[in-house]
Amino acid sequence: MSLHNWSYLQSTQPFIGFQNYVDLASDPRFWNALGNTVIFSAVTVPLQIVIGMLLALKFSRSGFFRRFFQSIYFFPVISAFATMAIVWKFLLSPDIGPFAAWERALGIPTVNILQSTALALPAVIVVGLWKNIGFTMVIIIAALQEVPESLNEAAALDGAGTWGRFRNVTLPAIRQPLLFATILAVIASLQVFDQVYVMTGGGPLFHTETLVTYMYELGFQQYRSGYAAAVAWVLFILIMLVSVVQLRIFRYRDVD
Amino acid sequence: MSTRSVPVYLRQKRTPLRLTLTILGWALICLVALFVVFPFVWMILTSFKTEKDVFALPAQLWPAHWSFAAYSEIWQELPFARLFLNSVIFAGGVTVISVVFDSLAAYALARLDFPGKNIAFYLVIATLMVPYQITLIPLFQELFDFHWLDSYQGLIVPRATSAFGIFLLRQFFVSIPRDLDQAARIDGASEFRIYAQIMMPLAKPALATLAVFQFMNNWNDFLWPLVVTSSTDMRTLPAGLTLFGGQYVVDYAVLMAGATISLLPLALAFFFAQRYFVQGIATTGIK
Repeated sequence: MSLHNWSYLQSTQPFIGFQNYVDLASDPRFWNALGNTVIFSAVTVPLQIVIGMLLALKFSRSGFFRRFFQSIYFFPVISAFATMAIVWKFLLSPDIGPFAAWERALGIPTVNILQSTALALPAVIVVGLWKNIGFTMVIIIAALQEVPESLNEAAALDGAGTWGRFRNVTLPAIRQPLLFATILAVIASLQVFDQVYVMTGGGPLFHTETLVTYMYELGFQQYRSGYAAAVAWVLFILIMLVSVVQLRIFRYRDVD
Repeated sequence: MSTRSVPVYLRQKRTPLRLTLTILGWALICLVALFVVFPFVWMILTSFKTEKDVFALPAQLWPAHWSFAAYSEIWQELPFARLFLNSVIFAGGVTVISVVFDSLAAYALARLDFPGKNIAFYLVIATLMVPYQITLIPLFQELFDFHWLDSYQGLIVPRATSAFGIFLLRQFFVSIPRDLDQAARIDGASEFRIYAQIMMPLAKPALATLAVFQFMNNWNDFLWPLVVTSSTDMRTLPAGLTLFGGQYVVDYAVLMAGATISLLPLALAFFFAQRYFVQGIATTGIK
């Protein structure tokens, strides 16, 4: 489809070779969307993995409070992101939202975060983390519980400190699931759509437009399906490349 | 899911510094936990506010007057019953159908020998790697050609099998001892009978995990129903609430009541069967 001038509104779908990709290369909105997606991913994934890991290390052992907090941090995962994005939009509303009320109470000038070119993307990132950290946390907790206790004990007897045990025992033991959690986080973040569509609609002035929101607009609002399919292919190749690179990096670590 | 307690070698000496760090760590965890639950609390409390409270300045967390008006108005202001029903049909239908098809496929891949079995299995794994957002455009064209857009079959049929489900169940079936079905086979049971009466009962935990996972993902899915449906009568809850929120409804209490009701089934299920939610995700890591 990406090689055709394909549209539901026409009766013929002429073949145009790689013209869609040529157009894409000179489309500023495409490059902007690609850039936003990469920034979103590059900020989200490391934070999601590191915070998810810290929480997992804290919660992987038994105890009422640990389980209680684990449930709390996991809860956003089961909620519908689009619906919760409506709630977030409300929370961040500059007139009737509670955050604005606190800002006023503290005497800070209120800003319309979702309409701000500087703050809209960070806001979308924070809300994405709010939703997905529990997902990463649960994968790592499950992995941590597979690590034999005896390994840690032996290392402790050999005089390894907390950091040493983490670096030399825990981390190598959970490498595989960690790689998987990272790949899943990357794939999910490259496809960011729900919260952007609901909270900002890609705005202000395309500052939060991502590949999937752009693809959605092209394919289902402008009915330029061939062109939208070309965007989908770019996204697919991007995901494949990143996954292969990650697999490579982790393999090389395996050798040394 | 945690079962281990803190072993002796981890009980370090209580220096003042270490104690402070521990306290700070837990304080931070509590603080962030408040941030995590705040949207849910706000959503629920707002749904009980009167319109005057919603627009009160400065914004109040607690409603000044508890009002259930939003929960009665929602049925008139939105086609809410219809949205709810659509979500039940879509998420429920996909869950039931895909658990049946996935388990059949998984049984074949785990137990039967047939030409092309390995190729079939690799194809399943390959589709695991392709996110559905990428197939959205061609799939839309296909549904358009079938005249299936804006219909239940259009929503459900493309989701009738899932690579994740087949993979998950195959791994589980492989772990069941072969002796069990060999014995049944010697007794003259058909393959279908072995599948239905031996494998399925043993696979209950895996089936429950898959069912919960599928139900949650489809109940919460936004982009797929948004693309496939176009009339208000066919929207599911997330898509319907979002579009109404953007267009007609200015009554935030009603919108929050809708969000609360749509969260309720999963929240209840989570409360009673948390481990199935967690397992579905945890198993994706341990492959």
